[in-house]
Amino acid sequence: MANFFFDNEDIQLLFEQIDMKELALIQEDQFDDLDSRPDYAPRDADEAVENYRRILEIVGEISADVIAPHAEAIDAEGNTLNEDGTVTYHPLLRENLKRLGQADLMGFTLPYRFGGLNCPSLMYTIATEIVSRADGSLQNIFGLQGIAETINAFANEEIRGDYLPRFARGEVTGAMVLTEPDAGSDLQAIRLRAEQDDQGVWRLNGVKRFITNGCGEVLLTLARSEPGVSDGRGLSLFVSERTEHIKVRHLENKLGIHGSPTCELVYSNAPARLVGERQRGLITYVLALMNGARISIAAQALGIAEAAYRLARSYANKRQQFGVPIERLPAVAEMLTDMSLEIQAARALAYETSRICDHENNNLRVLEYKELDKEEQKRRKKLSRELKRLNSMLTPLSKYVGSEMCCRVADTTIQVLGGSGYMKDYPAERYLRDARITTIYEGTSQLQILAASRGVSAGVFEHYVQPFEQSTYDDPDLQTLKQELVENRQHIDRAIAFIKKRSPSYLDLCGRRLVDCAVYQICGHLLLRQAERHAPKKPVATRYIRQMMPVVRMKCEQICSGDTSPLDQFQALAGKVPVTG
Amino acid sequence: MPYHSVVCVKQVPDTANITAEAMREDGTVNRTALPAIFNPEDLSALEAALELRERYGGTVTVLTMGPPKAADILRDCLYRGADRAVMLTDRRAAASDTLATSYILSQAIRTIGETYGAFDFVFCGRQAIDGDTAQVGPQCAEKLQIPQITYMEELVRLTDRTVVVRRNVGNGWEIVETTLPALITVIDTANQPRPPAVRKVMLYKRARIQDEVVAQVRQQLPDASPEERQTEVERQLEVLRGRDLLIEQWNLDDIGADLDRCGLSGSPTKVYRVQSIVLTKSGYKEIPPTEAGVRELIQELVVDRTLG
Repeated sequence: MANFFFDNEDIQLLFEQIDMKELALIQEDQFDDLDSRPDYAPRDADEAVENYRRILEIVGEISADVIAPHAEAIDAEGNTLNEDGTVTYHPLLRENLKRLGQADLMGFTLPYRFGGLNCPSLMYTIATEIVSRADGSLQNIFGLQGIAETINAFANEEIRGDYLPRFARGEVTGAMVLTEPDAGSDLQAIRLRAEQDDQGVWRLNGVKRFITNGCGEVLLTLARSEPGVSDGRGLSLFVSERTEHIKVRHLENKLGIHGSPTCELVYSNAPARLVGERQRGLITYVLALMNGARISIAAQALGIAEAAYRLARSYANKRQQFGVPIERLPAVAEMLTDMSLEIQAARALAYETSRICDHENNNLRVLEYKELDKEEQKRRKKLSRELKRLNSMLTPLSKYVGSEMCCRVADTTIQVLGGSGYMKDYPAERYLRDARITTIYEGTSQLQILAASRGVSAGVFEHYVQPFEQSTYDDPDLQTLKQELVENRQHIDRAIAFIKKRSPSYLDLCGRRLVDCAVYQICGHLLLRQAERHAPKKPVATRYIRQMMPVVRMKCEQICSGDTSPLDQFQALAGKVPVTG
Repeated sequence: MPYHSVVCVKQVPDTANITAEAMREDGTVNRTALPAIFNPEDLSALEAALELRERYGGTVTVLTMGPPKAADILRDCLYRGADRAVMLTDRRAAASDTLATSYILSQAIRTIGETYGAFDFVFCGRQAIDGDTAQVGPQCAEKLQIPQITYMEELVRLTDRTVVVRRNVGNGWEIVETTLPALITVIDTANQPRPPAVRKVMLYKRARIQDEVVAQVRQQLPDASPEERQTEVERQLEVLRGRDLLIEQWNLDDIGADLDRCGLSGSPTKVYRVQSIVLTKSGYKEIPPTEAGVRELIQELVVDRTLG
């Protein structure tokens, strides 16, 4: 029997190398409340880590045996919109969800008391990657567990008790209902109205668009509860059950992820309950939700890229041209090694980000629920600020790097397969179609760059890489590579200093180059760490760093040129607005 | 109404991944050379029992006979939702053929009925991938003196004490009705076995049979006296029992088995000779679907005496 966890050496290596015991300890509150836990909860960190391994084993088995064989038919046939405004999932998608529910995998990070598995978010990231390798579009439902997490984090106990056990049992799926026809990247422009009726019940009226799994049973809707406040502070978050008051008007006809129903929703006096406090909908709750969702997309991108790479590699290994397998031809060999390296680098970054998210989330939880003395409270608050700053940089970086990498890898896979890759006979074209959304939803790459470039230029990046730079490696080759990274950072420092002397729009203009440089540095360090403990990673780290360091220097030079012509000479460079078609 | 199902399961060598050491010189299977897995059609039998419980209520008891290592598949059954598991392990049962095995299993099934309440169904996989005899299920039914339906593909209807089953007979199907209790053997197209449930894995990975506890204590206390070990075994068994994690373990005495009918002495089957047969064919011949073509085919079959 195939297993997408066991057959993935890199995921297994990271599972070994990352300190899962440390994550288990903070996730399980140091195991100091053994009596109040359900019988299935682990009793110590070793047992928790054993559980993690078994969970991934089951995810890997279902992904390989059930989900992957269904992917082609689900992509070809999609879901169905019914006349009464409901959606019927593809039967094989229903089967996938049934299996995941039977395996208890729909309450990954929920606390035990709601029937969840209380896993760290890193575990959820790994699981999402494995599931997405089997079917990229299934992530859009499996990966929506952040909705339950948001309810857990911000809703009152009554709402939690109503919904969370049903999520954990796999009885319901959710949707995060944010986007509107005129409010995409700019969510502050949301118009869907929330008003209280005579009985004090909130009623929602309006239209939402591009809602992933909008046909789900539990909807988290961002709506304008304060008609007088026109920006993000007028928005609150609501939870509602799907009833006849919420209808799917249209199912989008998309390039890819056909298994994921993308809905246009019409709310007609739909009853809803307020989540948390009024006016914090966008500025607190949705931002938190989005951060988790961005990591999920990074994981989805990794999964699709992994599937594509495996296809490319096995094809190039078997396909003979000019008397040799094409993987021996230099041009093809480099395509394959580039793909493999990019995946490993993006995975290192995404898992590292999830790990740090776990530290941040658990620290916040302790601050909120535990009685702490003043010193400890002070220490944790400081830690909380640091982790928040770090994650505000790493999360968008991971999403940007993962999704852009995924598109390149899926594209290159078609190139490796040549004419065959362009045909529907191979899943290569599906991988590319599925990949393409990842740089767009949950915030476009451009928005991720914008979010990350602030941290890169404001010292968070420097602060983060310093401990890496100060460490020493016993292996002289690795030490030399590390030294190259250290020396290269001077170029980045110069570029940052140059940007700071310019107007803020210059940072926006060259943000992509700056962020790329930071990514190459961070991933270089992460791969070095892996190589230190696992010799087969040494060539990977070496090739990555040797390839990327000249690119860093080039990009820094471009930044320091101060060229602003795309802004100053836009007309001259972009030409007149053309007639389309 | 709720039904009590007993499911017979077997740990088998993974014959899908054969190595050179897989067969002993005497032609029997060398179990140690192959990874041990859950017999695939027994998973289908378990799934049938679990689906039945979901629809009508009741309990599912799984039973296996084998060496202590077979406790692995009992845990697997608990992960997938079985209510309880019984391990029948006894050195005196070694080398049992299908006759002896079905005798032992039928005794164990009777004992399950006496201990946990009368059973309504016994589900077995059609056959195990090591012996491929498909005899043990039917022989159990005979010994239990209950009706049997083999090759179940679908449970069509269940009303009170009557069950209607569609059985796949290879080139077609039959719909058969019988009264309960009944023994049913299940084929792999009947259903898709559910995956293990994580929360149950987290809990029941700690479940043990007594022999495993004994072996574990031997490892933990290599230098202790037999009495000290015994005390420690008792302690650990008590802890497991308290948490409902002790898997029932029975031997031949517990099920009142006649020892002459068990193991080697109860097994008349002897491997007389093992022959390796390689089927070869060289090429093929295409015959057009015309009058002349059919005439040519008949002629050819007559010549090589397949016909006439």
